[in-house]
Amino acid sequence: MKKAVFTNPWLPYALLLPQMSIIAVFFLWPAFEAIRTSFYIQDPFFGTATFVGIDNYTDAIGKSDYLRTANFTLWFTVIVSVGSLALGLILAVAADRVLRGASTYKTTLMWVYAIAPPVAGLIGVMLFDQHIGPIVDFFTLFGWEMQIGVSYYDTAFAMTVVATWKHVPYNFIFFLSGLQSIPNSLREAAAIDCGSRFKRFWTIIFPLLAPTSFFLLIINITYALFETFGTVDTMVKGEPGNNPVTLVYKVFQDGFRGLDVGGSAAQSVILMILVLALTIIQFRLIERRVHYT
Amino acid sequence: MKNLSLLAGALALSAGSVFAEPVKIEFWHAMGGRLGEVVNDVATQFNAAQSDYEIVPTYKGNYEETLTATIAAFRAGEQPNIVQVFDAGAATIIGAEGAVIPAEELMEANDVPFDINDYISGVRYFYADTDGTMVGMPFNSSTPILYYNVAALEEAGVTPPKTWEEFAEVTGPALKAAGYVPLAQSHLPWIFTENFHSRHNLPFATNDNGYTGNDTQILVNNDAIKAHFTALTEWKDEGLFGYYGAGWGDNQAPFENKEVAMWLGSSGSFGGLKQAADFDFSATYLPYWEAVTTEPTQTFIGGAALFAMSGQDDAENKATAEFFRFLTSAEVQYFWHKETGYVPITEAAYEMAKADGYYDETPQAEVGISQLTLPAGDNTRGYRMGFYVQIRDVMNREYGRILNGEASVDEAFDIIEREANQLLDRFAKTAG
Repeated sequence: MKKAVFTNPWLPYALLLPQMSIIAVFFLWPAFEAIRTSFYIQDPFFGTATFVGIDNYTDAIGKSDYLRTANFTLWFTVIVSVGSLALGLILAVAADRVLRGASTYKTTLMWVYAIAPPVAGLIGVMLFDQHIGPIVDFFTLFGWEMQIGVSYYDTAFAMTVVATWKHVPYNFIFFLSGLQSIPNSLREAAAIDCGSRFKRFWTIIFPLLAPTSFFLLIINITYALFETFGTVDTMVKGEPGNNPVTLVYKVFQDGFRGLDVGGSAAQSVILMILVLALTIIQFRLIERRVHYT
Repeated sequence: MKNLSLLAGALALSAGSVFAEPVKIEFWHAMGGRLGEVVNDVATQFNAAQSDYEIVPTYKGNYEETLTATIAAFRAGEQPNIVQVFDAGAATIIGAEGAVIPAEELMEANDVPFDINDYISGVRYFYADTDGTMVGMPFNSSTPILYYNVAALEEAGVTPPKTWEEFAEVTGPALKAAGYVPLAQSHLPWIFTENFHSRHNLPFATNDNGYTGNDTQILVNNDAIKAHFTALTEWKDEGLFGYYGAGWGDNQAPFENKEVAMWLGSSGSFGGLKQAADFDFSATYLPYWEAVTTEPTQTFIGGAALFAMSGQDDAENKATAEFFRFLTSAEVQYFWHKETGYVPITEAAYEMAKADGYYDETPQAEVGISQLTLPAGDNTRGYRMGFYVQIRDVMNREYGRILNGEASVDEAFDIIEREANQLLDRFAKTAG
């Protein structure tokens, strides 16, 4: 095999430059600004700032609902990620077996992905409306008087359902393509060795899907933490009230609605640290168990 | 030859349009739905009435979104000429000295006559600075009033309650027996907190409700309001009060569907309600607790005001002043009042509505303005607190917890007091 070698030692750096400058402008610089701003209290109109040390951090964490919001974000992330991964996998395995009309099934399962998060939120708002929502009517049959926007837990339930539903198709697409890239010879060999389809799935197919699953796990956690913003925003209808919100939504709420730039920056730095820690854990602990072919 | 004359004609045309080009000003507002249509209507009337100026109204989302958009534009040096800022954002925009030109100064500088005594007493000083200079021009001025379904009250054999005692003992139980949810409301911080203090003439914050100093502390943790919220939770448990969340529309909808018999909303809801409700409704004053006071006072002016942003050239400022002149004229105020239900902000417009017999046909339209002209007290001018949007969010959250049984009234008010004061301390630092 021929080895490619750069003749000019600066060429690789020059080729990296566009990417690095994008990272610098759109990630490093804003991140640095957020850290700097988090030590000041700002006048919203003129940006005149008073240095307050770590007050923004202590004020943010000291608020009575900060822990509750963090707690909700944790459970929301876990349930949405695991839920949409599991549903996506089940549907993918089922669709993989279908021979007739396969593309119709696939398209039907995928098209939810084309819905924008705020639209998904809006559909959720209508389905779960306390006066006219069909899902609310359905649960009333079982004696559950849902009150979205009034009961904290009912709203949390509705939000989780909508956010999960929205992300199943994404997982479905990746799992399906992962399944279809598993060679048939392997499946046939497995079928000769083992009669139980269930056992075959867990011992042969699932480990082969591990790289896909790991990738999706990270994507799903990012989705639940950050991209559900639009869904949350639509479902609380601009009045957070006593509704559950995610940490990201709180950053927005305090910064852009409440105009407390410093306090909002401090919260986003806390979030940045959490995500950094999470990423380290994912790559150090989980990726070791993933085998790439 | 033919070509030449065409060219001359084209030149003449374009020259003509250069001279006739009106001064364009931008107006950002937060009036959606029916209200937005009326705003556009007012702007069209202004543009048609003269040819020197042209106002371009733009809907920027709800009140919070409009304020945020304005700040972002201001920091980029692209602020509109006029922006509509609501009561809760007043401290933010008035506190940012130099961001706006006080309406009073703008009008005087541009030879538009201004006399604060032309305005009805309730609206004069809410958007004024410490010296009493009117900074924001009151625009859509409203106040919370009690709407009721006429047929429902007749069916139950009761009249609208004057006091909360009457509601608890007579009106509420009778309406419940007639199969209605007796009462709902659409804005707990505004109706049951801010105006609760005004109606009972109770101080809402130190420093004269925040007008005279920067180190303001909120006085919301008092026995009168705690007793009110204790009563609310009891009413909710007994089925006398319905709470449908922090959203405005979620609470208005059941009144429009005739599930709820009485609804506390804004006097500015009148126009929309007239369109949406297919039944006879009327309105009356916000009830008060006889146990707290026997001499109830007027309520705060709510809604929003128009602010003239600084950093515009003189011609545009002149146009803004002219728009303010147009807007405060009795005819336009009367039109605005009739179409939306917001109160007329000048005595002249109020007189015009009376002389026209408007209140004889629609007496409910007068409730807001007469409530605002009830006797004033030491604590009824208004309030001025920074980061107030966040303070309202804290209230809404804690009230939600109370009404959902997650927190006791005492606990919730302790949290509101602590977090509101923390926010006020933080706001004081933005000025420093």
